[in-house]
Amino acid sequence: MTKVTLTVNGRKVSGECEDRTLLVNFIRENLGLTGTHVGCDTTQCGACVIHMDGRSVKSCTILAVQASGSDITTIEGISSGDTLHPVQAAFKENHGLQCGFCTPGMVMTAVDMIRRHGGQLDEQTVRQELEGNICRCTGYHNIVKSILSAADEMGGAQQAAE
Amino acid sequence: MYETNYHRASSVDEAARLMGDAGEGKYLAGGMTLIATMKQRLAAPSDLIDLRHIGSMKGITVNGRNVTIGAGTSHYDVASSDALKAVCPALCHLASHIGDPHVRHMGTIGGSVANDDPAADYPSAVLALNMTVRTNKREIAADDFFVGMFETALEEGEIIVSFSFEAPDKAAYQKFPNPASRYAMAGVFVAKKGSDVRVAVTGAGSNGVFRHQGMEAALKAAWAPDALAAVTVDAGMMMADIHGNSDYRANLVKVMAKRAVAAAG
Repeated sequence: MTKVTLTVNGRKVSGECEDRTLLVNFIRENLGLTGTHVGCDTTQCGACVIHMDGRSVKSCTILAVQASGSDITTIEGISSGDTLHPVQAAFKENHGLQCGFCTPGMVMTAVDMIRRHGGQLDEQTVRQELEGNICRCTGYHNIVKSILSAADEMGGAQQAAE
Repeated sequence: MYETNYHRASSVDEAARLMGDAGEGKYLAGGMTLIATMKQRLAAPSDLIDLRHIGSMKGITVNGRNVTIGAGTSHYDVASSDALKAVCPALCHLASHIGDPHVRHMGTIGGSVANDDPAADYPSAVLALNMTVRTNKREIAADDFFVGMFETALEEGEIIVSFSFEAPDKAAYQKFPNPASRYAMAGVFVAKKGSDVRVAVTGAGSNGVFRHQGMEAALKAAWAPDALAAVTVDAGMMMADIHGNSDYRANLVKVMAKRAVAAAG
């Protein structure tokens, strides 16, 4: 067993696991943060997307020991208290989910996408950027709508703050 | 996944030493192929030597037309480098179409090239841009590096440290991605530097990435998509699987090459 130390959603945490333990399992089973999902065995579905050192990654394809020392944000860490993150609010407003299984990965992907593209997002870019996330319910239409709406909202909020 | 022992190296020398002490060890770069393969129990290294924290293996240096890319540089960092975009935008374009955004944040150029998947994108750029592959032991010319599918000139325990090349005058990469996996069914990287032209094909060849002399000669004579019209791509050299037979792939190679020349301008 190896000791893994992470900063997760701003809190320093540590735990013991085998070297072969995947980060997603460490997050779900050792830390009890079950918002991050496992939807496939093949690194394709993106339900496990989290942010590691500020970048979106698939936590099912990283060992917990590989991540040791890094700064992790999961779906549980993006809202401020009871106030939803603008991306979460946009998914709610635009009916961007049906069963909700892929949603944590979709939201974490969207937050990263908006961070990288800022106000430059258009529908085609969003659809391309969703390459690594699979949704079996929505046909993606309302997910794309939610992300564009959140990007507008967040871009607008940034402008207002300047 | 089978059990394994993880080691984190902080320098290239330390990584090589750790590998020397390991039984059936494997270097771990971004892990976007290796960890996925281990999850399927298709690989079972006794030890993993993590190269991701070796600072000297990361980063892009552009000095005039001379480019050096650390082997540990992620696809995302290659795709978004302004310095590289200024001298060789084709390589940024290629990197921006590997896998998906999350894979591009972890996967590295060194990992991809060392693995030499026959449908990977980077090997075509290494060949067409005539890169020099620098390892912890020597320098290897691109033409000597790729041996076959998943097989390179790298010796046991050898680590790719960086890639260097002189930026071409014109270059472009075009691929036809498999609609499901998004791996290249045919990807062609064309590069023109002075009177020299190099054309490298990935995804299609039955022996991995290769240069196509016929297309190179035609483009040396005239740099235009139509110059490729009379060139024959030998279907006998192509892969065949449920996604496309060898005639189909041979045709795709030509179409992608024409599109690449058109994109390079």
